Amino acid sequence: MIKTDVVIVGAGPVGLFAVHQLGIKGLKSEVIDNLDKAGGQCIELYPDKPIYDIAGIPECTGEELTKNLLEQIKPFKTNFHFNERVQEIKNDGNNWIVKTSKNKIFSSPNIIIAGGVGSFEPRKLSVKDAEKYEDKNVFYSVTDKNKFKGKNISIFGGGDSALDWALELSKTAKVTLIHRREEFRGAPHTLDELKKTGKVNIKTKYQLASIEGGEKIKSINIKSDDGKETKIETDYILSFFGLIMKLGPISEWGLNMDNKTIKVNTENFETNKKGIFAIGDICTYPGKLKLILSGFHEGALASVECFKRARPNEKYRFEFTTSSKEIQARLGVKNK
Amino acid sequence: MPKITYIESTGEQRTIDVQKGLSVMEGAIQNKIPGIDADCGGGMACATCHVYVKEEWFNKLPKAEDGEQDMIDMAYEPKKNSRLSCQLIVSDELDGLVVTTPTKQT
Repeated sequence: MIKTDVVIVGAGPVGLFAVHQLGIKGLKSEVIDNLDKAGGQCIELYPDKPIYDIAGIPECTGEELTKNLLEQIKPFKTNFHFNERVQEIKNDGNNWIVKTSKNKIFSSPNIIIAGGVGSFEPRKLSVKDAEKYEDKNVFYSVTDKNKFKGKNISIFGGGDSALDWALELSKTAKVTLIHRREEFRGAPHTLDELKKTGKVNIKTKYQLASIEGGEKIKSINIKSDDGKETKIETDYILSFFGLIMKLGPISEWGLNMDNKTIKVNTENFETNKKGIFAIGDICTYPGKLKLILSGFHEGALASVECFKRARPNEKYRFEFTTSSKEIQARLGVKNK
Repeated sequence: MPKITYIESTGEQRTIDVQKGLSVMEGAIQNKIPGIDADCGGGMACATCHVYVKEEWFNKLPKAEDGEQDMIDMAYEPKKNSRLSCQLIVSDELDGLVVTTPTKQT
């Protein structure tokens, strides 16, 4: 069991800045995120899109913002638990017990939910039976490419993952790449290379219509815009339609919800459960704006209440980073 | 105010007055029209406000930019007449627009 002052659910910009606000108060946090890296929507949905409304930063991309936030919280040596989703929470007196999808267990007086719109998960194929074959013949990511050797692989998607894997797997397998339109959004040079090698059967303006097979997949039918169906011998389907956000187990924690958001008070962003806070896009209150800057403010206020709960015998003192020797020591600032 | 008609996959139909300047997505969210999730809040980053535009309207709309097409690739069951409703801005020209929501968004 990992004991900590605060468990933060979500490593997006708001979760990262919460680490900072807690850190300067001397509180230790552990951050859990279902993605494989920090940044949340900033890194997953719009890494290259400029953001123009971060106070004091006229323009930066989602990737730059994430990089800078990580730099800013470096002094606190925070542990990140990536590729894990918080599954269950349980009350244990003054503490919350948090269990993840990898069965890691945390004990903490505070949980800050900075989960955005939910955890990122692969977008699944919608045809009948896709679920039945999932993890057997249908995959949404590649963990072991050797299993595809010499097989018939049908890859769906028009982005980099689809193009990259089509190119890579075509060295050892028979690959068909299927995409719903002529244009691919993946890197043009990968597409050029794919066409040059001539090893990949590219089917554009087609979508998956049905899967046929018994225990295993035998073939698939793809359908064009004008209704033409084509059968393709297939052992494995790889589908790369990006990620979607799912609220997941959070909705079962007994928190007051409004649609897919969590109701909080605006004094300390606590939910209806003592010690559970919600900040950023996932929280709601009258006048709520889904802005990164709002999430920063919400984290700062939540951190004060977290301090009171984690250090019940200490008095909370508001201090400025410009003048507090204690904060500067925590930040590792060398006094000149 | 321009009228926008939202038809659910079940066939249920609602016609709403939507203020000019709002997106078709915002019109749906503000009026609690089911079938449009809009997870990213209008950033053209999630494809969960995906709608099908009635044929006669589809060609009248300003063409989707590349970024929108890229997102529609990832939408749930895209068709030739697919658009992201966050990119359709309501104006007098759009008065009477009819959109259908897919069976689900994710």
